[in-house]
Amino acid sequence: MSQHSIEVTVNGEAVRAEVEARRTLGDFLRIDAGRTGLHLGCEHGVCGACTVMVDGLAVRSCLMLAVQANGRDVVTVEGLAHADGTLHPAQQAMKDEYGLQCGFCTPGIVMTLAALTADGARPTEAALRDALSGHLCRCTGYQGILRAARRLAQGTAA
Amino acid sequence: MSASPPGGVAARFVGQRVPRKEDRRLLVGRGLYVDDVVLAGMLEAAFVRSPHARARIKSLDLEAARALPGVRAVYTAADFAHFGLDLFNSFAGRGSGPTVRTLADGHVRYVGDPVAIVVADNRYIAEDGAGLVMVDYEAEDPVVTIAQARDGAPVHDGYTDNVGVAAATPDDPEIAAIFASAKHVVTGTIRHQRQAHVSMETRGIVVAPHGEGELTLHLSCQSPHMAARYVSLLFDLPETSVKVLSKDVGGAFGLKIQPWREEVAAIAASLKLRRPVKWIEDRLENLTSASQAREQEITIKLALDAEGLLLAADLDYACNVGCYPHSNDCNTFAMMLFTGAYRVPKLAYRAVSYYSNTVGQAAYRGPWAMESLARETMMDVAARQIGIDPLVLRERNLMTAADQPYAMPSGMVVHGVTPCETLELALAKVDVPAFRAEQARGRAEGRYLGLGVAVYVEPTTMAMGGPFSTDSAHVRLDPSGKVSVVVSTHSQGHGTQTTMAQIAADQLGVDVADVTVLEDDSSRGGFGPGAGGSRQAVSGGGAVSHASRILADKVKAIAAHMHNANPADIRIEGGQISVAGVAEVSTTVQAIAEAAYFTLDRLPPGMEPGMEAQYRYRPPPIVFSNAAHACVCEVSAETGVVKILRWIASEDCGVMINPAIVEGQIAGGVVQGIGGVLLEEIAYDAYGNPTAVTFKDYMIPTIHDVPEIEYCHIITPSDSEGGFKGVGEGGAIIAPPTMVNAIADALAPFGARCLDLPLTPTKILELIEAGEKG
Ligand code: FES
Ligand code: FES
Repeated sequence: MSQHSIEVTVNGEAVRAEVEARRTLGDFLRIDAGRTGLHLGCEHGVCGACTVMVDGLAVRSCLMLAVQANGRDVVTVEGLAHADGTLHPAQQAMKDEYGLQCGFCTPGIVMTLAALTADGARPTEAALRDALSGHLCRCTGYQGILRAARRLAQGTAA
Repeated sequence: MSASPPGGVAARFVGQRVPRKEDRRLLVGRGLYVDDVVLAGMLEAAFVRSPHARARIKSLDLEAARALPGVRAVYTAADFAHFGLDLFNSFAGRGSGPTVRTLADGHVRYVGDPVAIVVADNRYIAEDGAGLVMVDYEAEDPVVTIAQARDGAPVHDGYTDNVGVAAATPDDPEIAAIFASAKHVVTGTIRHQRQAHVSMETRGIVVAPHGEGELTLHLSCQSPHMAARYVSLLFDLPETSVKVLSKDVGGAFGLKIQPWREEVAAIAASLKLRRPVKWIEDRLENLTSASQAREQEITIKLALDAEGLLLAADLDYACNVGCYPHSNDCNTFAMMLFTGAYRVPKLAYRAVSYYSNTVGQAAYRGPWAMESLARETMMDVAARQIGIDPLVLRERNLMTAADQPYAMPSGMVVHGVTPCETLELALAKVDVPAFRAEQARGRAEGRYLGLGVAVYVEPTTMAMGGPFSTDSAHVRLDPSGKVSVVVSTHSQGHGTQTTMAQIAADQLGVDVADVTVLEDDSSRGGFGPGAGGSRQAVSGGGAVSHASRILADKVKAIAAHMHNANPADIRIEGGQISVAGVAEVSTTVQAIAEAAYFTLDRLPPGMEPGMEAQYRYRPPPIVFSNAAHACVCEVSAETGVVKILRWIASEDCGVMINPAIVEGQIAGGVVQGIGGVLLEEIAYDAYGNPTAVTFKDYMIPTIHDVPEIEYCHIITPSDSEGGFKGVGEGGAIIAPPTMVNAIADALAPFGARCLDLPLTPTKILELIEAGEKG
């Protein structure tokens, strides 16, 4: 198995590592970069728990190889809140609307919501719902997640 | 109607939608799930699993795997023989049932049966190693279905058949006479497919064999205490030498009620290697080898009189419990609860569980839910057959307040439930006359709308002896005035770090922000069974309430002594202490707490210093909660797709600690129930191969599949401390019949009986076609 040396910007910090070609971005971020906020719920691209932002786009980190992230800018859920602790509007909306129970699916959902509302974008509730259909949550029945998406669509999230 | 907490304190937090204390760290990626735990020198495990449902292992070649660089060990059953492990068929300890080894010994009995464990420097290498293990199998004909199990070759050695457990009521000639003379006899057979629990976090363990005879387990589980007890009994270690840590768990739903073959194999491997070992189940393993649920069929006969009053029920029940069920039973409880919220004088049942060459079954949210599915769908079948409105048939048979306490024919006594009231509320919210008019208009246009209703009572918090009977709380007021609550509850998303804090804050008169709940370490507090049977609010809540009150009384006693007042006149609110009628006295909980530790001469003579209290609470033997749900759906006759238009959950779970958390529990259960009716199926082919092994084939509901749930709450306090009732499973129990009845109502013009789950679009189209031909 070939080894590759990569450098990825993770939440603004440069992370260098020697990785096997087969190492997924998800494993790289969790194991090599210590960002355990993203979760691996299926490792086959369906559950969405592993979602991170790569160059601003929501990406399933179980479906991307670490070597493909070489030189790119990755944001994980740890990188969303403001340094002073203020939550990102997507996080705050999820909190205010009881959008989580066990919290396992949550980081992925937050990253998708954050990616779609980045730079002041205001997608419709229907568009957010469509994007969220790529996230599985077994606890909440999606009720609070739906309300959080609505808040973001209406621009009423903190 | 809302009850105030015991002890005459004001409810300031109980009953409020207090924001969850858990959420912040989970939202910023600072949860600690088992796979987040990394220890120095830790190895990772992968399993070699059987590709056959039934086969003899002729030979095993481990050499290539052992030779792979980075592989530290490959173990088979023979390597673990000296542990003498025979896994308990019950979370409570040794039960009946087949011998369960961690690894297959000579025979494999289901696809996915673990044959060897490969331990390596990381999971990638462990999986490479597993791929190099050569196993020579001699395949045999498997027993896959209930029908095959009835007369197939025994799955287990030493058995003469595949019967796990059989239970029946004694022959009752009176019941035969009732059926012979009843005006109406209604029969039907209901099938529920096999499902998977699908917690989004799979199973997992990190074993740290720290110290001689000491074992620290980071485990995804439902109760650290129960897991520690299970492992200590299994490995014959003192209970105190096993420490289970379980900070965050990504859902469980029954699957994680006890450590099972893989977790135990990882422990054995770690003990042999004397190094930490991690095993994290992947989703393929989870869908093929983690315990599963349901796969039941039941044939029902109901006897009714001319008015539609139920006279008797007769049940024939069978379930496929797979190879190694978590607990060896035939769901007798589902039989006993069959009569539900109705007055039914007589009940007869015969129930059998069968072993098969499939993955073993485990309890899944509402393990006895078949009673509600069977009863409520048959009520609609009966109503149609007799020609009464299903709602009227229910109203005639439901137990009213005046009927309670009502002894079910099974002997269980129901009291404190409000089936009539919850149903009335749900129906008012639906506006049935308006719906019926819309339905008629729709039918005229070829649109098929349906209304489904179902009603149930649910025994929660069963504390009838055994490990599930009590919970412990240790409440401490630190010199800083902050409160720590060590409680034997455990959250897999339940939000107990919030709800337990709300209860303690009310009793102690402090802010909920000043209360920290600790429930993730088996070594920190007293034994408790954790999550299971919708019990934590009642049992854990009762313990926290009582222990906090003991402490509040101590605060009052000290304050009274210091200020020459009567303890009965002391008021604590918002951390401030005042004396009724004495305006000049004002102190704080913090000052009293500090004095209790540091200024001992200010305490009443003889009083124990410090501010710690503990209490072990035993709730009433059974606390019944109840609900009525209603669903409005539209079924497309072209595509067979069901669209849910409305869902109303009208429930009575007693005093709600936190309505937002209650509604979250209901919603999660309802949506799992909807998945069970419309989407989910663990199926096996004729060779016993599972055919749904990824989330592309095992489909759980997405955000597009769910309605926005409307809630109605009735609060009838239970006689437990605090008046709480359990609510964790109800949604999952009542959603399936509600959904089925709505679909059946929509398809009534086709005369369809929708009693074979799941009701996928294909199956619905078949029902419609059969009706059109019919
Ligand atoms: S883990 Fe990547 S989509 Fe499920
Ligand atoms: S909160 Fe548990 S899976 Fe979504």
